[in-house]
Amino acid sequence: MQQLANIFIDGVSYGMVLFVIAVGLSVTMGLMRFVNLAHGAFAMTGGYIAAWLVRDHGFGYASGVLVALLATAALGALLELVVLRRLYRRSELEQVLFTIGLSFLFVATANLLAGPQVQLLPLPPALSGSVDLGVRTLPAHRMLVLGCGIAVLLLSIHVMARSRFGVWLRATVDNTSAASALGIPVQLVYVLTFAAGAALAALGGILGAELMPLEPYYPIKYLVLVLVVVAVGGLGSIPGSFAAALVLGTVETTSKYLASEYGSLFFFAAVALLLAWRPQGLLRARG
Amino acid sequence: MHATVLTFDAPTRSRALLPYAVLLGLGAAVYWLFPGQLPLATRIAIMAIFVMSLDLVVGYAGLATLGHSALYGVGAYATGIFASHISGDPLLGLAVGALAGAAIAGLSGLFLLRYDGLTFLMLTIAVSQILQNLASKLRDWTGGDDGLTGFTIKPVLGLASFDMFGRTAFVYCGVVLLVSLFVMRRLMASPFGLACVGIHQNRRRMDAIGANVRGQLLRLYAIAGAFAGIAGALSAQVNQIVGLDSLGFELSAEALVMLVLGGTGTLLGAIAGSAVFMTIHHVASALNPYHWLFIIGGLLVLVVLVPRQRLLAQVKRRVAGFPNVRGASASKQVA
Amino acid sequence: MTALLQTRALAKAFGGLKVTREVSLSLEAGARVGLIGPNGAGKTTLINLITGVLPPSAGSVHLYGEDVTHLAQPERVRRGLARTFQITQLAPHLAIGRQVELAIHQREGSINRLFRPLVAFGAVRDEARQILATLGLDAAAGRAPVELAYGQQRLVEIALALALKPKVLLLDEPMAGVPKGESRIVLDALATLPADLAILIIEHDMDLVFSFTRRIVVLAEGAVLAEGSPDEIRRHPAVRAAYLGTAA
Repeated sequence: MQQLANIFIDGVSYGMVLFVIAVGLSVTMGLMRFVNLAHGAFAMTGGYIAAWLVRDHGFGYASGVLVALLATAALGALLELVVLRRLYRRSELEQVLFTIGLSFLFVATANLLAGPQVQLLPLPPALSGSVDLGVRTLPAHRMLVLGCGIAVLLLSIHVMARSRFGVWLRATVDNTSAASALGIPVQLVYVLTFAAGAALAALGGILGAELMPLEPYYPIKYLVLVLVVVAVGGLGSIPGSFAAALVLGTVETTSKYLASEYGSLFFFAAVALLLAWRPQGLLRARG
Repeated sequence: MHATVLTFDAPTRSRALLPYAVLLGLGAAVYWLFPGQLPLATRIAIMAIFVMSLDLVVGYAGLATLGHSALYGVGAYATGIFASHISGDPLLGLAVGALAGAAIAGLSGLFLLRYDGLTFLMLTIAVSQILQNLASKLRDWTGGDDGLTGFTIKPVLGLASFDMFGRTAFVYCGVVLLVSLFVMRRLMASPFGLACVGIHQNRRRMDAIGANVRGQLLRLYAIAGAFAGIAGALSAQVNQIVGLDSLGFELSAEALVMLVLGGTGTLLGAIAGSAVFMTIHHVASALNPYHWLFIIGGLLVLVVLVPRQRLLAQVKRRVAGFPNVRGASASKQVA
Repeated sequence: MTALLQTRALAKAFGGLKVTREVSLSLEAGARVGLIGPNGAGKTTLINLITGVLPPSAGSVHLYGEDVTHLAQPERVRRGLARTFQITQLAPHLAIGRQVELAIHQREGSINRLFRPLVAFGAVRDEARQILATLGLDAAAGRAPVELAYGQQRLVEIALALALKPKVLLLDEPMAGVPKGESRIVLDALATLPADLAILIIEHDMDLVFSFTRRIVVLAEGAVLAEGSPDEIRRHPAVRAAYLGTAA
């Protein structure tokens, strides 16, 4: 019974991390129709910067994370402005290849700057301990992950559905020229969306640093994982990514606990089944 | 990515033979002038066959897949297991590899070809990952993480045994490469090949002329699987070891990169891309395992940003000949 | 005179929206039937139902007396039912001569030949050339649709349909998008169609409809509003009201 609870909690945590990393990619791929296989690089960048600031420069955890998020957002915005927006009209294969190349560059740069070893992100004392919930105790870090995951879900749904930015984004996606004729700053919407996705990926990379170690090959190593969550959840669907991440995260964790000699077989079998059942994604995006 | 018109015209005899002449010339040069590079050249030959088989699926039929290594790995393991338990004859082993690749392609194709686009892509990854994890689990058959070893390969045709300098291996793989090239070109020059291109360019149109689209694609996929299996078989025989990475995602992704670097839809581009990629990898990774990623990453970025159609179209038209899916052949002499 | 193509009470609804209501049509050999109606009347949907692209909610489709309602589109094509598309559907970068050859190979079954080169099929190539020649496209055989004028592309649609040697041909707005200057070539092409072919043509171009067809079916809101000879339709009050009222 205890083990089932552990599996459940770990599985949900893993799912939350996957969701936070993947949600930006789901929005970019689904709504902006841009296939960015370098998305994992943002997660890695966030983790690397946070680790560097907190470990080597005495930043507090919270401030280090905040700076890392902002820096990654800025990087995402810069990339979008300078390079990626030229690729919106290109074929999917070209976008795939370009962003794979970009991932390779990120990997090589990470190695160049920080060497091949895993980057450790030390947790502050507040997060290292456990929290007693009465029924059971949970590691504080897990609680943070859970809290962040839910916060990101609710916040992003709210922004998409209610805020002016969300209206702008949906209008831009539906009909770019009409949106721009209505005075919506289309270019700004794209940049901000991309930057937000990058920042969220960074958050995911930081939160998941324990489960998904920060090392140079990170973007390539976890590419399939993130892509799969996006595809299974449905391109552009935030609740879909959430559901997919939770289901797949739980399947993977359960199989790690109970049938580790099968590796990720059950994970991919679940992926195949889910995609076969719902090729458009678990919850189709409104777009 | 294709903007040129396909006419499927037949080239003159000399132009049709040119690629083989070039390959033979290069092969001879390596054999006699750079014998230290035979292992690299052999690896290139094997990879070229694999990437050509990927070209059939991606370049001709237009199905973007990142799971092609499944077919390669299955061929490799089948050949290794065959050699371990039944016979070390290399040609029989090749046949086994081809059959295994075709069979897995046919079976998975029945499922995969119901889908397209991103869903298809993800499912191809899922299938190859499932197979890789399965191979890891079935250690008794596959050796698991340690790999499948301990089998020996008999001399080719009873004459040429695999020597430690890699001469036999090189000639063996080179011959298989040339034969594969010939067969694949012939295939794509047939009505079947034309239909695959038709499916790539407009599926609705193919439905409307009454073509059995899924059946055609399944056959193409199985054929590509056979060649991928042959490549895997060669790898098993030449290296006398089969590892889990032969079923891995990295191999599928690298093959796609090689194909795109060389150019899709020409078969010769697959060979060129493999040669370029693997040579760079060989040279650069001797320096630092990460630095070569700068080069490949940079190449990919450049290849997409700079439209090289005009630059390379000239070169390709002279070299590629028929069936050149990338461009109208310069010769208008229809046979 | 047996009907080559027949629909019986063919109906299609998307949820609560009835797009096609109990349409019963019949085409005999040599028929020249026009299908007209206001936009949104469901004409293309009807074609899609007949060809098998869309499954019907009710009713049936019969080819030469045989019920083909459950056959997929390629199956019906192989039995001699061909169509052209309202929005041109061609392989954009493939020489049109080769596309016509492909249709012939499909018809003959040689599309499955793996090892014989295309160029060895001389008879197929000659037939493709001939079809293109009757449509005046002979000189363009080596060009791809992206290199042709739109009117010529519409003709290639017809060429592909003819290459299948169909017994029933459904033309979905062959004149759609064709600039005024090029409409002559399409009209001439239609005149060359085999006499015993049963043809159903959707068109908005009334000159074409009244000159080419011998019977007209008027569709409005998914149902048959009227059916008769061109003269009868021209004078039909409900039709005039629904459709011809504002036009010539």
